[in-house]
Formats: sequence, structure tokens, C-alpha cells
Amino acid sequence: MIPILQVKNVTKRYGGLTANNDISFDVAPQEILSVIGPNGAGKSTLFKQIAGFVTPTTGEVIYKGTKISGLPPHKVARMGVVRTFQETTIFKSMTVRENVIVSHHLRSKASLLGFFFGSSQAKADEAEFGKSADDIIDFLGLQAIRNELASNLPQGHLRALGMAIGLATQPEVILLDEPFAGMNHDETMRMVALVRRLRDERGLTVLLVEHDMPAVMKISDRIVCINFGEKIAEGSPSEIQANPRVIEAYLGSEDAAIGM
Amino acid sequence: MTDQTQSIAQGRSSTTRLAGVLAFLLAVFVLVPAFIALTGRWDFYYTLTSVALLSVAAAGVWLTFYIGRINIGQGAYALTGGYVSAILITQYGVSFWLTLPLAGLFCALVSVVIGLPILRLRGVYFAMVTLVLTEVARLTALALPVTNGAKGITSIPLPGELSIFGLTIIPDFATLANPKLAFYLMAAVLMVVTYLVLWRIVNSRLGHLCRSLQQNEELSASIGVNTAMLRVLAYAISSFFGGLAGAIFVAISQSIYPSSFVVQDSVNFMLYCFLGGLGYVFGPMLGTLLLYFGWDLLSVAKQYQLLIYSGALIALMLVLPNGVLSLLDRKGGRK
Repeated sequence: MIPILQVKNVTKRYGGLTANNDISFDVAPQEILSVIGPNGAGKSTLFKQIAGFVTPTTGEVIYKGTKISGLPPHKVARMGVVRTFQETTIFKSMTVRENVIVSHHLRSKASLLGFFFGSSQAKADEAEFGKSADDIIDFLGLQAIRNELASNLPQGHLRALGMAIGLATQPEVILLDEPFAGMNHDETMRMVALVRRLRDERGLTVLLVEHDMPAVMKISDRIVCINFGEKIAEGSPSEIQANPRVIEAYLGSEDAAIGM
Repeated sequence: MTDQTQSIAQGRSSTTRLAGVLAFLLAVFVLVPAFIALTGRWDFYYTLTSVALLSVAAAGVWLTFYIGRINIGQGAYALTGGYVSAILITQYGVSFWLTLPLAGLFCALVSVVIGLPILRLRGVYFAMVTLVLTEVARLTALALPVTNGAKGITSIPLPGELSIFGLTIIPDFATLANPKLAFYLMAAVLMVVTYLVLWRIVNSRLGHLCRSLQQNEELSASIGVNTAMLRVLAYAISSFFGGLAGAIFVAISQSIYPSSFVVQDSVNFMLYCFLGGLGYVFGPMLGTLLLYFGWDLLSVAKQYQLLIYSGALIALMLVLPNGVLSLLDRKGGRK
């Protein structure tokens, strides 16, 4: 299997502080891979490095054979690797539908000047975006709130909208930053099902950073565990659960009590 | 069903919008000149011309607000545009009508060079840098030989004839019986075109992307928007408007000095936008009209003019933080 995404010896140092050190792993196409680790282990930094928000000090990220580390976020997104955010990040004063439509930016074929003068290509684009936005809204079950202002939405819907924004860019790899944070059991199970559908119905490769161990064990094909910025284990959920280094890293922490 | 009702509602609102635009054009191009001819208040032409031009510059400031940046530096571009036009006319004999777009383009170019580094700043940091820009422009005009220092450039000829293929489109202003009216009409046309362009920007994809930038730059980048490019583009358009307005002001006063546009003007442009409403395309136009006219009318209060004016401004911002135009929304029962 040729990996779709490769993280190779990625290291980030902020002055004397090492956020992560020499991390390597491969992601197979249409795989659901979780990155876990205690707070401050360097998971979010790793995501930022993949999505182009942070350039690795050394090492590189390869997507489909092309180096993407060092590119700005909009170029990484253009290539098909898109990140959703830890906080519920949306465009607050737009409606749900407007949020999704504007996020189709990458797919526009008309130039900005074309949009200004209302060229036929621009009109075709707008029509296509509207239709595709409605598809995504239906896929995520947001029909009832499509014309709500995003700032009025409850937490669960915000998370779904964040995902809709990500989907609108038509990524091949989607990075989900703590998709289950702050959710109760039922909400988490619904989100787990949704993430599976992203892969099964839309053919996406999913990378996620998460603290919720039961959810991670349930959803992941493979897991990478990071502690103090270093990769300490990689494998299937059952391998990770049995790995002595992982158990040690989590020992005494709340996550261990919940998850393992 | 919903689509149908939506399109009906849209059709209705576009009819009212068209009626509104027509009424506005009628007022600007027919009613105002008729009113002035009847009352003989020719001085109003000067005031209204100023309002139209200031609102063009304010439209630019509004666009930078629209991408989430507080711009207190439009005076710098108005001054630059004015000097470009004045220098081209007096030293190179270029027609005023050609210097007009050139002044705008020159300002847009300068703003790209300045904007690339400073548009990375946000909030108060960007605002402070732009505040300094006006002062930098003034000092540059004082220092450069081509701008003739503190003496400025004076006795600039009035706009000449504009003709295409021998056909006169605009007559020589010097031959006109009433150049005040001509300047008014010119400024009004420019204002209408500017706001048409601005309205089109805001309602096209470009405007939607600007809004995404205003609300969340990081998310905007992660959905693939080249945020650096878009910021510079919006700032360049903004400065283009500033340069245009500056060039026409120079043509009217037939002179320019380093102090023709100062920090106070830059602050005013920002205030016009605030007062009119940052969420409304026509906010800066209304804001300019109210503030400029308000200031003029308050001159009857003599030494209390500034006191009353500032008091009214503070009160307005407290009562209507989203601008005067937000009154319309309240009346319409919208949130």
C-alpha cells in the first residue's frame, strides 16, 4: 500500500523548547488514524505542521509524493489536506449555508474579476457551490438549521458545521482536532458514526487528535501515541492498549482511568 | 416551495432596491441642482462636492474595515493621489483626466508595497501604523524636491477638455459659466460609480471572502483562501479610492500643500464609516453627509461648535453602535 501521507522525522523547536522530536509515521489512503498522548505531548503542534500553520524545524511532511511542509495553509488546503479546529471555529456572522458556500472557494473556476462582473462561469460556480453546500448540509443532517446564524448554534451543531466547512473544500485528507471534546456519550457515538461515514461514503482519509479513549479505540484503524514530543508507540487499538510504554505514559492520569 | 417564496421575496426586494437607486440618482443629479438654482445657495455646491469626494475616500476605508482592519491612514493616499495629479499636470502637461486614474493606480501600487508588511498586523497595531502613515506622507511631501516643500504646488489649471476621436465628452472647465456645478456633477458621478463598485464587490464572491477574513483569518486560510493576497488586494482598492478623491480635491482647489490632508482627515474618514455603519455598503456615504453637514450647520453655535459636535458623536456611538443605518434594520424588525 502506498501511503497518502507521510510524516518524516518531524521536529519543532521553539527556542530551547522542543514541541515534538523526530516523529515519523505513514497514513494509508482511507485510513482512520488517531494521534493520542497526554496534554502537552505535542499533538496539536503535529497537526499544525501537517496543515501548514507551523513549519517543522527539521523533517518533512509528504503528501502523495510531494513535500507539503513549509507551504502556507491555503496551498496545503488546495492540495487536499484540510484541518478543522480544536475550538469550534466557524464564520460567526454568516448563516450555516453561507458558511458552507464560502468554504467552496477552492473549487471556483472563475477569477475574482469574473465574480465581480458576474461572468457566466461565475454564475455556474455559484450555482454549483449552492448545490454542493446543500448536499453537505444534508449529509451532516443540518437541514433544519441551514438558515440559522452560526453564532446562535449550540455546541454539537457548531462541531458539525466545522466539519461541513472542512468538507466543502473537498479534501482527501481531513485533520480533525479533538472532534469529541466536551461531548456526552450519545453525542460522541453520533460523531463516531459520522466520522466513519466520512471515510465510508466520501472516501476520506481521516487523521484525528483526541483525548476520549473509548471513542479513539472504537473508531481508529491505527493509533500513534506521543509523549513529551516523542512517538512512543504505533499500532492497532488492541496493540496500543497492551503496549507497556503507553500504559506507563498514561498511568495515574485521568485518561488511563477512563480508557484502559 | 421555499425556493419559490425566496425568489418572490428576492424579486420584490430587488424592485424596491431599484426604486431606491433611481430615487437616489434623481435626488443627486436633478433635485439638488434644482434646489440650489431656486434658493441661490451656490455655496452648497462646494459642501456637497466635498461630501461626495470624502465619501469616495471613506468607501475605501470601509473596505479595509470589511476585511477586519482599522484603517486610519486614508489621508496619506488622498495626499499622494493629489500630488501625483498636480505634478503630472504642472510639470509634464498631462491631461487631468488621465492623471485621475494614474493617481489612483499610483496609490494602489504604493499601498501594495506598504501593505505587504503591515497587513500582517491586526487590531490596534495595524491601526497605529496607518495612523503614522498620514504623518509620513506629509513629511515626505515637505522633504521631496518634486513636491516643492511647504510652498506646495499652486495655480494648477482647471481640468481641460476630454474628447475621444474629436468628440467632446467633457468641455474645458475654464470655459464653463458654472464650474461649481461641473465639479459637483463630476464628484457625484465618481461617488455613484465608486459605490456601485463597492456594492458589487461586497455582493460578489470577493466580498464573501473578505467577510470570511474579517471573521476568522485562520479558518479562511484553511479553506484555501490566500489571505495575504486578499488583504493586499482589498487595501489596494481602498487606496485607489483615496487617490482618486485626493486628485479631484486638488483640481477643485487648484493647489496642494503638505497639509492638505492631515491626520485629522484620516480620523474623519474612519469616523464617517463608524457613524454610517460598518455593516452597510452605503454607511460611509451617509456618515460623510451627516458629519460634514452637521459640522457646517453647527457653525451657528460658534465657540461651542466642537463641543456639541463631539458630544453628539459620543451619544450616537453609544445609542447606535452599529451606525445610523442600523435604524433601518430595527424598523424592519430584523435582528
